[in-house]
Amino acid sequence: MTEESLITDGMRAAIGKEGEPQTIEVDKTAIRWFARAVGYTDLVFYDEAYAKSKGHRSIICPPGFLGHAVHTPLNPSDIIGNSVRRPPTLPGLEIRRIVNGATEFEYYGEDICAGDVLKSITRVADIQEKTGTLGKMLFLSTETHLYNAEGKLVATERDTGIIY
Amino acid sequence: MVEQVYYEDVNVGDEIPKLVKNCSTQQLVMWATGSGDMYPIHYDKDFAAASGLPGIIVHGAFKNAFLGQMLYEWIGEKGEIKKFSCQYRAMDVPSQDIICRGVITNKVRDGELNLVELDIWTEKAGGEKTSPGKATVALPSH
Repeated sequence: MTEESLITDGMRAAIGKEGEPQTIEVDKTAIRWFARAVGYTDLVFYDEAYAKSKGHRSIICPPGFLGHAVHTPLNPSDIIGNSVRRPPTLPGLEIRRIVNGATEFEYYGEDICAGDVLKSITRVADIQEKTGTLGKMLFLSTETHLYNAEGKLVATERDTGIIY
Repeated sequence: MVEQVYYEDVNVGDEIPKLVKNCSTQQLVMWATGSGDMYPIHYDKDFAAASGLPGIIVHGAFKNAFLGQMLYEWIGEKGEIKKFSCQYRAMDVPSQDIICRGVITNKVRDGELNLVELDIWTEKAGGEKTSPGKATVALPSH
């Protein structure tokens, strides 16, 4: 007996495709919340004058923070919140439950500071099906590139979501 | 402020200073605010249980950010994180130690950059690795 695959032809066809670009704002309050949650005490994440004294344009993003997508009620956000990721629509994908599978951040030597407005573009990197402790699971891997106002690539976030 | 670490000072096999975290549920909510991840399995017990989970779990990306903090605090002002990642193999829950660790696996000079590669991971107090990953940092040279 063959069980039906969770991966539809439409999903397969979406591998390699990009979603709509998103505008990402990097703001001071969000940086501070993030830094406080993690437990940083370095003032470079909190105090603009101090960050400037260290040669930065403003307070800087801690590792793993790239700002938030601009949300409006007209712009449906996913169930996760205002993430920098926006993959293209995957036909037949029903997200009932999701956990995070993996995360990677890559940087290219550019400061990312409060006040920056970035553009993010998310590509579907891969879709895999596995069976594990949570039953039948779909592994959705995406790659999100973030560009600064000059169009320069400043960071890449790679994520794997486990949908079950 | 920690003393600056230099490329010449580190060797393959060295362990970097570990970082021990232990998050309260309040810290998970602060993380939700900071990261923008509002998924209820990280603050709503009933929702977590209905999702087949043992209870509220720590955000995977939060553990990745702890690993980022460990790296940031090790490399000093003149260091630079190029890349860091981890996979979420097992769940962590609030109010239990999450121990972040890293071991140097390679050193390579790439043009102007002095790169150091590491295996990084989080583990529980009993030693079970919950989030294994990799990192590349650039360190200053003497």
